[in-house]
Formats: sequence, C-alpha cells, structure tokens
Amino acid sequence: MKIVCRCEDLTEEDIVNAIRKYDMRTLSELRQILRLGMGPCQGRTCLPIAARILARETGQKIEDVMPPASRPPVVPVEIGVVGEDEE
Amino acid sequence: MKSEADVVIVGAGINGCALAYELSKRGKDVVVVDRRHIAAGATGRCGAGIRQQWSTKENALLAKKSVEIFEGLEEELGHPIGFRQGGYLIAIHDEEDMKQARKNVEMQKSIGLPVRIIDREEIKEIVPILDPDGMKAIAATFCPTDGHADPFKTANAYALAAIRNGATFYKFTEVRGIKVENREVREVITDKGSIKTKFVVDAAGAWSSRIAEMAGIKIPNKPVRKEALVTEPLPRIFDAMVISFRHGIYFSQMARGEILGGIPSPEEKIGYHFEPTWSFLKKMAYMLGRYAPILKGTNILRQWTGFYDVTPDALPVLGEDKNVRGFIHCHGFSGHGFMIAPMTARLLAQLITGEKLDLPIERLSLERFEKGTVKEKSVVG
Ligand SMILES: Cc1cc2nc3c(=O)[nH]c(=O)nc-3n(C[C@H](O)[C@H](O)[C@H](O)COP(=O)(O)OP(=O)(O)OC[C@H]3O[C@@H](n4cnc5c(N)ncnc54)[C@H](O)[C@@H]3O)c2cc1C
Ligand code: FES
Repeated sequence: MKIVCRCEDLTEEDIVNAIRKYDMRTLSELRQILRLGMGPCQGRTCLPIAARILARETGQKIEDVMPPASRPPVVPVEIGVVGEDEE
Repeated sequence: MKSEADVVIVGAGINGCALAYELSKRGKDVVVVDRRHIAAGATGRCGAGIRQQWSTKENALLAKKSVEIFEGLEEELGHPIGFRQGGYLIAIHDEEDMKQARKNVEMQKSIGLPVRIIDREEIKEIVPILDPDGMKAIAATFCPTDGHADPFKTANAYALAAIRNGATFYKFTEVRGIKVENREVREVITDKGSIKTKFVVDAAGAWSSRIAEMAGIKIPNKPVRKEALVTEPLPRIFDAMVISFRHGIYFSQMARGEILGGIPSPEEKIGYHFEPTWSFLKKMAYMLGRYAPILKGTNILRQWTGFYDVTPDALPVLGEDKNVRGFIHCHGFSGHGFMIAPMTARLLAQLITGEKLDLPIERLSLERFEKGTVKEKSVVG
C-alpha cells in the first residue's frame, strides 16, 4: 500500500476509493472528506501526489485539478507571538 | 441533464443537502445544482458549532429541534456526522450582560433547555484552560446539550442519503437564470442545460440575492467576509465551545485536538472579499491568549475566510415568496445556518409537500422586513 499523506495516514487506495464514492473532481473535496493535506506539513508533500492521482482517476489535466487556495499563515505561528502587541 | 424535476435546489451546502434529503424521503424528485461541490460555500468553512442558547425564540426553537434531529442523524442517514455534545459556555462580563443572560435563560428554560448560569469556579471546571480574569468574566451560561458536528461529513451524509432516495446532484453546474411566467416558477437555467420545475429553492448562501434577482425578487441580504483559524492538535483538554457576545470570539477543541475559532475581523466589510487578513490573525491570537493564556505557545496552522449571508435582523428568510409562486427562500442564515439546518430542511420539505408544519415560519417570511423586526442579539464571529 502506497502512503500518499503521511501526516493524515492516507494511502493511494484511500484516495481512489473516496474519489469514486463521492464522485470528486477537486483537491478541496479530498481535503474536506479525508483531511488530505490538513496535517502539520499542510500538504506540502502529499498534495502534488494526490493531484496526479486525481487527474488520472477523473481524466482531467493536471493543471485543471484545482489546487486549494493557499491560506496564510504560510508557516505555523505561535499564538503568543502574533497576539502580543494588541491593545 | 434531466429535463424536469419536482424541485430544483440551488446550492449544495448543508441547507441544500438537508432539504434534498427531506424531500427525497417524501418521494419528491429532487435535483440539487451547485457551481462547485458539496460544502464548497460557508458550510465547508464554518465552525459547525451547534448552539441552542439564543435570545429570540425563533432561533432557540429551530436550534433545539435541530439538536433533537442531530442526536439520531447518523443512524437515520447511515453515515457518520461527527456529532458530539460538549456544551456551549457563554461569558457574562458585567451586570448588563447578566440581565440579558437571565432573560435569555428564562426563555430557554421555558422551551425545555437544560441551561444554567455558572460562576467563575465552574467555568474553570468545565474548561480548565480558561482564565476568568483574562476573559473579564463574572459568570457564564452553560448548556450541556449544545455541541458540534463535522460540517463536511454532515453535508455529505445528507447528500448520500438523498442520492440513495433518488435525488440527483449536478456539481460544477452553475444556475444562470430562472424562468418565471404568470408569477410562477417554470424553469431553472444552468450552464449545462435547463430543468422544468414548479419549485426552485434558493439555498445559495452568500449568493442568495443573485439567485433571487434571477426571479425578479429583491432581498436585503448582504455577504460579509468572516475568518477562522485552527491550531496544531493538542492533547484532549475540553469539549465545550467558549463564546462571548461582547468580544465576538468563539473557539472549541475539535475531535482531533486542534483548537478552531474566530472573531470579527477589524477589516470586516460587505462584499465578496476572499482574502484572509493579518489583522484578524493578530486580534484572534491576542484574545485567545487572554482567554486561555496556556495556548500562547501553541502554533496556528491555518487561517481561512468564508461568508455570512446576513439579513437586517440576523434571522433567516424561510418560506415561499409572496409574489413568485414556487420560489422558496432558504437563506439569510448569518453565522448559524449549520446548526439549524436539520429543522429548517424538515419545515421547508413540509411546506413544499403541503404537510402541516411542525413549527410556524410566518415570522421568518421576507415580508417581515417591511414591518420592522426584533434583532437577534446573541451573535458571534
Ligand atoms: C467562519 C464561519 C464560521 C461559522 N460558524 C458557524 C457555526 O459555528 N455554527 C453554525 O451553525 N453556522 C456557522 N457559520 C454559518 C454557516 O456556515 C452557514 O450559515 C451555513 O453553512 C449556510 O449553509 P447553506 O447551505 O445555506 O449555504 P452555503 O454552504 O454557503 O452553500 C451555498 C452553495 O451555493 C452554491 N452557489 C452559489 N451560487 C450558485 C449558482 N449561481 N449556481 C449554483 N450554485 C451556486 C455555492 O457554490 C455553495 O456551495 C459560520 C460561517 C462562517 C463563514
Ligand atoms: S503529508 Fe499530507 S498533510 Fe502532511
């Protein structure tokens, strides 16, 4: 079994099954249902691999497999550090 | 694409999916159209907190009846929804708050909610990381049957159950027009074809006013950008949702240990603004640090935006339009459209199929705005 997302412990089989069960076309659906790419690394390694699987399974071009919009903070930040100088 | 249906629902958020289920259960031929996918709108971006502690009876009843449905929903739909009841803890900051809280609690108790006012000690017993001084709280209200469900799982569970009953979902299909003749809905026009129907449901969330406009209906709803964030997962600490109407903050620990929450952004403005803001991040982090100082060393992993579909009184618009027959309003949910969706869907399904309604919804009609309304005071985010 090939692991795709280490943080969330998802295999290629998990991803293919979800794509078929929910008739998915986007990475954002995979994020929602499987939490793919939602781990501490925020999908840096797994999203590109998942995008290839999704493109293959759905017959879309890899460029058309919408990458989920990037959401700052780009790197994790500590609550005490960002919130420090308010008020 | 099908050329005909009993009901066409615009929007596959929690409301569209739940209504599709309730209608298909009643034997209706339902089509749901979404320009993206299930839970792509506010539903997939929300806190998914479920609160019955409201200041207006309309909201409190809708929420209470919905909780009763949530309690048996996994079994009913046959799919997991991640529902849990950790309660909502609502901060009381001063005597003025206390007066409103007493009034709210009295009304809430009268409809059978197990809500009570708790002191500072009990605040710390229920959520050990809270600092009542930092919160500037003199007390709180607590309702143990409030809770949370997974918004993706819940919307998808409803959708899968609706599909099992025969409903059809067209994803990545945009509604472009609604044909009205003799003040009756006739047809829904999409970019993939048209569907003849007698009923169209506007469950398009922050885009509801655009759908209404297609049928020549003007509604007062406004899209307001809201932001939320989530931290890295922590060991299990608490189950309640902590909120304050004064500070606008809400946060809770999710099933996997991360803290999810939000607060009104200093740059909050009306319109379709998608960009997350730095000022939100700063304000939320600051307030979290005050409410729960121990979280200061915790990392924020992600921040995102979504829209509230806001009406002048923060109550939803439900029911058939008075001028266009077959046009069903199902929008204006502000910051609480997830928690009341199960009951909302049931009521609208009853309306469409001509059954007797479990609760009256006339007070939530569009016409109320002409008469003047009582605003829901208990809002956050
Ligand atoms: C940050 C945040 C936190 C929140 N927290 C909570 C909470 O704790 N508890 C709670 O109960 N609520 C909360 N809410 C509110 C809640 O998310 C919404 O009220 C609820 O999800 C609305 O669901 P809906 O199905 O009505 O609309 P949406 O989920 O917005 O769905 C509308 C759908 O319509 C589709 N659509 C739009 N235009 C078209 C078109 N022309 N053709 C086809 N499809 C179209 C969109 O793609 C979208 O999928 C929160 C909201 C936000 C933004
Ligand atoms: S590997 Fe998928 S989120 Fe880290």
